[in-house]
Amino acid sequence: MPESISSNPPATWLRLAIHYGLLLVLALVVVLFAVLEPAFLRVGNLFIILQSVSIVALLALGVTLTMAVGGLDLSIGAVAAMSLMCASYVMVVLGWGPLPAVLISLGCGALVGLLNGFLIVRMGVPDILATLGSMFLVIGLQLIPTGGRSIAVGMTLPNGDEAIGSFSSAFLALGRARLWDTVPVPVVVMAVIAVLVWAFLERTRFGRVLYAIGGNERAARLAGAPVQRYKFLAYVLSAVLASLGGLLLAARLGRGDVSSGNGLVLDALGAALIGFAVLGARKPNAFGTLVGALLVATLLNGLTMLNAPYYAQDFVKGTVLVLALMFTFGLAPKSR
Amino acid sequence: MNLPSTALVSTRSLGKSFGASPVLQGIDLDLYPGEVVALLGANGAGKSTLVKVLAGSHGHDAGELWVQGRAVRFTSPHEARRAGIVAVHQHAEEALVPGFSVAENLVLDELCQPGGTLWSNPKRVQERAAQIAADLELRLPLQASIDSLGSAERQLVVLARTLALQPKVLVLDEPTASLSASEAERLFGLIDSLRERGVAIVYISHRLSDLARIADRAIVLRDGRLAGEFPAPLDVPAALVAMLGSSLAPLVEGAAEQGAEVLRGRGVQLTARSQPFDFSLHQGEVVALTGLLGAGKTEIAEVLFGLRRPHAGTLDLDGQPWQPTSPRAAIAGGVFMAAEDRSRDSLVPGFSLARTLTLPFMQRFSRGGFIRRDAERAAVAEQVQHLGIKCEGLEVAMDTLSGGNQQKVVLGRWLLGNGRLLILDEPFQGVDIRARREIGARIRASAGQRATLVICSDPDEALEIADRILVVRDFSVVAGYPRPGLKRDDLVAQIAGITAPSLTTQRQGVACA
Repeated sequence: MPESISSNPPATWLRLAIHYGLLLVLALVVVLFAVLEPAFLRVGNLFIILQSVSIVALLALGVTLTMAVGGLDLSIGAVAAMSLMCASYVMVVLGWGPLPAVLISLGCGALVGLLNGFLIVRMGVPDILATLGSMFLVIGLQLIPTGGRSIAVGMTLPNGDEAIGSFSSAFLALGRARLWDTVPVPVVVMAVIAVLVWAFLERTRFGRVLYAIGGNERAARLAGAPVQRYKFLAYVLSAVLASLGGLLLAARLGRGDVSSGNGLVLDALGAALIGFAVLGARKPNAFGTLVGALLVATLLNGLTMLNAPYYAQDFVKGTVLVLALMFTFGLAPKSR
Repeated sequence: MNLPSTALVSTRSLGKSFGASPVLQGIDLDLYPGEVVALLGANGAGKSTLVKVLAGSHGHDAGELWVQGRAVRFTSPHEARRAGIVAVHQHAEEALVPGFSVAENLVLDELCQPGGTLWSNPKRVQERAAQIAADLELRLPLQASIDSLGSAERQLVVLARTLALQPKVLVLDEPTASLSASEAERLFGLIDSLRERGVAIVYISHRLSDLARIADRAIVLRDGRLAGEFPAPLDVPAALVAMLGSSLAPLVEGAAEQGAEVLRGRGVQLTARSQPFDFSLHQGEVVALTGLLGAGKTEIAEVLFGLRRPHAGTLDLDGQPWQPTSPRAAIAGGVFMAAEDRSRDSLVPGFSLARTLTLPFMQRFSRGGFIRRDAERAAVAEQVQHLGIKCEGLEVAMDTLSGGNQQKVVLGRWLLGNGRLLILDEPFQGVDIRARREIGARIRASAGQRATLVICSDPDEALEIADRILVVRDFSVVAGYPRPGLKRDDLVAQIAGITAPSLTTQRQGVACA
C-alpha cells in the first residue's frame, strides 16, 4: 500500500552499506592489519584469533538463544566461572576422572538455567533482574567449597591435607590440543556449536517459535506455542553452553582460577548485540553473533600486534558495539 | 487563486508522492468551521496520507495548503498543531502512557510542554484533568490507572486530551473502530457539540452508518484523487460506487446446509452473577455472535479457546466433553481462534507474511523439527491466492500490508488447519469494505467442513456474514435468530436490550434453532 511505504526510502548504496556493513568492516580490518603487519595473516595467528574468541563465542551463542525469546541472560559469565571451578574441584579435590567432571559441570549449568527459567517463567521476575540475581548467587556459590581460593594441583585444602587429584591430560587436551597440529579443539567446538545453533534457530520449527515468542509472546501463545517450555529451554541451553565455555577455559588454564570468568559476560553480550547489525538482521542471530565475536577478537589481536596498549581493549570493544547498535537501530530502514 | 474567505483550510492541487509513486494528486478541498466532513475511500485510496499531510506528519510536495488564508507547508505535527489542526489517529492507544493515571494521561500534552513548571503538582494535575473532563461532560475515574480502563474509555481519554488543545480542525481516523453502538453515540454527541463550537471535523470511518449519522457532507477518494462529493443525507450506494468504482454484489444469500452439531454448551455460566445459557454450533453454518462492547462476546470465545474457565456448565465438542486448558490444547482439539486485536494478538513484529501465516501449524511443515521450506511456501502461496492477498511476494513484512490484507493473512493462517470450530473475533475491524466482502466470502466458502463463529459488534456485519445470529447481553446469550427474515431494527433492539414488539424473546435454548 502506498501509505505504508517509508517516506524516504534510503538510497540503494545506503541499504547495501547497512546490510553488509559489518562484514565489510571485518574485511577492511583484516586487510588493514595485513598491510601494517604481515605476520597478522599467518595461519598460526589466524587460529590464535579464533582460539581467543572461541569461549566468548560459546557464551554469546547461548545468550543469542535467550535474546531470541525476548529475554536476556546475564548469568552466563558466572555460570562459566562456576563450571570452571566445579570441574577443577571434581578432578583436583575429589580426584575423580575427567568425564564425571564434565558431566557434573554441565549438569550444574543446566540447574542454573532451570533456576533462571523458574524465576522468569514461574515467578514472573523480569529477565534482566532474575539473571542478575542468579549471577550474584552463582558467583558467591562457587567460592564456598574452596573457601574462596583458586584450585591448583597439589593445593592445600582447608583441613590441612594436600589435594590428591590432578587435571588429566585428556581433559587438558580439550583446551590445548590441536587437530592436525593446526586447528585448536576449542575452535572446532565453537564451529560445531555455531552451526548447531544456527540450524536450530533458522531451520527448525523450534527456532521459528522461539523468535515468535521473542517478537510477540501473546501472539505466539494464541497460536498454540507452549511459551513457558520454550523459555525454559532457551535459558537451560544458554546456561549449558556457558558451562561448556567454562570447561574449555578450565582445560586451557589447567587450574581453577576464581577470577577467570569475569569479563566474559560483557564480551558475550557485546558479540550478540553486534550480531544484530550483521546482514541487516535486526534480531539476535547465530551467524551475526559469530561475526560480532570475530570482529572484536580480530581488532584486539591486530591492535596488540601493533603494540596498542592492553588497557585500550575495552574502549575498542565499546566503540564497535556502539557503532553496531547505531547501524542496527538508527540507520536501518524503518518499516513505517 | 480563488479561495473562499470563510474556509479554515483549503487545498489546491495538493499532491504527495512516495518515491516515484504519487499517492495523492490534485486534491482541491475546503473545510469550513462547524461542519463534519466524512472522508471515504478504500484502503490505499490515500485517506491516511491526506490526513498526515493536513496534520503535519508528511509535507506535501505538490500544490498548495492554505490555513486561514496563509499558505503553509508543515514539517512536523507540532507545527500543524500550532496552526490549530490536530489528528487523532487510528491507534489511539499509542498515545497513552501505561501505568499513568487517567488524570495524568489527560494532561500529558501540557505536562510535556516546554516552559511548563518544574515541579509536578498532583493536585493541579487532578484539577486540570477534572476541568478537561467536565468541559466535555465526561465521567472518568481520574485517579484510576489508565490500564484499568476499557478500550472505549481509553479512546475517550485520548479524544478528550486532544480537544483540550482546542483545535480549529480536528481529524478523527476510525474513532469508533473499538466502540460499541452506545459508546459511538456518546462520541457523536461530543462531535455535535464541537460542531456547534465551530470546529471543522474530518471524519474517517469504514462504518457507513456512522457517516450517515454524523457527516454534513462526504468526500470520496479513489486512487489518490477526489472521486466525488456527496451532501447529507449521504447517498450510501452512490458513495460506494464512487469509492470502489463498481457496486458490490451482496454476499450469497440463502440458508447454508446445517450439518451435524459440532459444539454444544449447556447451562454455561460465564461469571457467578451472569445467567446460564445454552447454545450449539453446527457444521457448515456461520454463526455471528453480536452484542454491545463488554457484553461478554469475547469471553465466550475465550472459554471455547481455553483462555478462560466457565463458572459453571458443560461444553461438548463432537459429543466429547470440551475443557481445553490452553490455546495449545484447544488448537490440538480442533478449535481455532483469530483474536480481536490483530497487532496485539496475532502479528509478530519482524515476521514475514509466510511466517505469520504458518506459525500455528509449523509441525505440518517440518520433518524431525526441520522446516520443509518448499511445503511451507506452497501452502502459503495457496492461501495467498485463495484469499486474494495483494503482496509483493511471500516474504514481505506484515506491516507493509494494508489492514484488509493483514486480516486475510490472519484468517488464512487458521484455514491451513482442518479445524472443527473456527472463531473469528471482529474479523472486519479496520478493514475496508471491499476486503470485508472478500473476507466474508472466503469465510463462507470455506465453512463447509467446520462450525464457524464470527464475533462482530456491528449488527450490519453480523447480518452480512451469518446464517444465524446470537445476541449476547450481560455475559449471556439472550437470543438467537436465523438470518432469513430477520430485520435489522429487531436485531438492534435486542442488542440494546429493548424488547421489540415483533419479537418474542426467549431466554433459554434459543440457539438450537
